[in-house]
Amino acid sequence: MKLVIGIVRPEKANDVLEALYRAEVRGVSMSRVQGHGGELDRVETYRGTTVKMGLADKMRFEVAVSDDFAEAAIAALCEGGRTGEVGDGKIFVLPLERAVRIRTGESDRAAVTPVGK
Amino acid sequence: MIGLPTAAAAGIDTGDTAWMLAATALVLMMTPALGLFYAGLVRSKNTLNTFMMCVGAIAVAGVVWALVGYSLAFDGSGSLIGGLGYVGLNDVTFLPREGTTIPHLLFMAFQATFCIITAALVSGAVVERMRFGPFLVFVALWSILVYSVLAHWSFGGGWLSANGTLDFAGGIPVEMGSGFSALAAAVVVGQRKDYGRQALLPHNAMYVLLGAGLLWFGWFGFNGGSGFSTGDPSVLAFVNTLLTPACSLLMWFLLDLIRGRKVTAIGAATAIIVGCVLITPAGAFISPGWAMVLGAVGALPCYAMIVWRPRTRVDETLDVLAAHGVAGFTGILFIGLFASLAWNGVADGLFFGNASQLGDQALAALVTPLYAFGMTYVLLRAMGLFTSLRASEHEEAVGMDVVQHGEEAYASGEGAILVLPDTDAEPLVAESG
Repeated sequence: MKLVIGIVRPEKANDVLEALYRAEVRGVSMSRVQGHGGELDRVETYRGTTVKMGLADKMRFEVAVSDDFAEAAIAALCEGGRTGEVGDGKIFVLPLERAVRIRTGESDRAAVTPVGK
Repeated sequence: MIGLPTAAAAGIDTGDTAWMLAATALVLMMTPALGLFYAGLVRSKNTLNTFMMCVGAIAVAGVVWALVGYSLAFDGSGSLIGGLGYVGLNDVTFLPREGTTIPHLLFMAFQATFCIITAALVSGAVVERMRFGPFLVFVALWSILVYSVLAHWSFGGGWLSANGTLDFAGGIPVEMGSGFSALAAAVVVGQRKDYGRQALLPHNAMYVLLGAGLLWFGWFGFNGGSGFSTGDPSVLAFVNTLLTPACSLLMWFLLDLIRGRKVTAIGAATAIIVGCVLITPAGAFISPGWAMVLGAVGALPCYAMIVWRPRTRVDETLDVLAAHGVAGFTGILFIGLFASLAWNGVADGLFFGNASQLGDQALAALVTPLYAFGMTYVLLRAMGLFTSLRASEHEEAVGMDVVQHGEEAYASGEGAILVLPDTDAEPLVAESG
C-alpha cells in the first residue's frame, strides 16, 4: 500500500478530483495548506503597505491506495494538476504500513478498497 | 459679486427638497449594497473585483453623468435624444427644475444615482471574468449610449413619455435597460471557463441577504423619490415599495417549497430584488391592493427564468435579466392592465376601461429590450476590436481579486513579507492574524 500526497494549485483542485474519479480512485482527503516551493512571490498592496506573499495557497490531497492503484493515482494528480507554469506543486509517495476501516475493523487492502468492489 | 439665484427665489418647496436630499443619499447607497449582494453570489476569489465593479460605476458613471449624460437625458424634449445645453452642468442651478419644486442641481444628483446603479447592475452579467479596465470604459460609453437615451425616452420628454407610456421610477431605463444589456454583455463576453462543468456556488449567503436588505431600504428613496415631492404619488410609491416585495417573498417561499421542499435564503434575497423591481415602474400608478397582486403574480416569470437560465449556454452570471429585465417588463405591462385614475390621477389601465394604455405600455416593453440589447451588443463588439474584454483562462483560475487588484478579500497575512521602501533593512515577516 502507498500513501500518495499531492500538493496542487487550489484552482486545479476540481480538475484533480475529476481525474481521480475517472481513474476510479474513490478514497480521498483534501485540505487547504499554505506553502512555499520556490515559485515567484506575489506582491500585494494594502493602502500604503506592500507585501510579498511568501506562502501560496495550495490544496493537499491524501490518497491511500493499494499498490496496483498507486500509478493511476499519481497519473491522475499530474494530469489534473498541471498547467505547465512554475507552482504546479509536488507529489510525494510514501509506503503505508497499515490501514484500518473503522466501521468494520477490516485492515490493509480491504480497508482501502471501496465498498462494493 | 453677484451670486447665483438662490433657492429662496421662487418655486422651491423646503419639504420636498428635504425629502429629495435624503432620497438621493438612499439611492446612492444602493450601489454599494448591490456590490455586497453581488459579491456574496460569486466565488471568494472574485469578491473584491465584483464589489469594485459597483464602486467603479459610481466613479465613472457619476462623472460622465455630470459632464454629458444628464444633458443628453434631460435637456429639452427632443424625440430621440436631449440637447447639449446642460453639458458640464451649465445652467443647472438652485432654481427649480421645470415641473418640480426642488432645485435643478438636486434633481440632477438624484438622477445621477439612477445612472450609477443601472451601470453597476449590468456588471452582474460579466463578473468573475471581465477585465476591470475595459469594464470602466464600457460603463462610460454605455451610460451615454444606452442609459441616457432610454432615460430621455421615458423621463426626459422623449417619444415614449410624449406618447403616454407610464414609467414611474425607471422600469424602462433602469430595469429593462440593465436586464437586456446584461444579456447582450453575457453573450459578447462569453461564459466563464468553468461554467457548466463545475458547480460555481455563492461564497457568502450572508452578504447576499445583507445586500438585498440594504437595497430594499435604498429602494424607498428610489421609488419614493421619483415623485420629486412629498405628495400623494410619492407616498403611494413608498408604501407599494413595502407591499410588493413582501408579496414576492411569500410567493417565492411557496415556489421554493413546491420545487425543493425548502425555503432558501438566497431565493428570499432574490425575491426582495424582484419585488422592488416589479413595483419600480408601477409605483404611483396602481393601488396598494393591485401592488400586492403584482408582487405575487410578477414573481412567477422571474422565478421561471432563474430556474431555466442556468440550463442554457448563456452565462448571464447573476441573473440580471431575470431579476431586472423580466421583472421590469412585467411591471411596465402591469401598469397597462391595472393603472387606476382614482389612485394616480393620470390614467386608467385596461381593467378600468382604458385599453389604449396597455398598447402604450406594450410599445415600451417591445422597443426597450431591442434597443438595450442591440446597442450594448454593438458597443461591446466594437470594444472587443481594440482590446481583450476578458482575462486569460489562467487569470480567471487564479481569481480576479489578485490578478486585477493585487489584493485578497480574505487575506490571512500569514507568510506575507513586508516590503520596506528606501531601506536596506532585513524584511520583516508580517504579524499573523
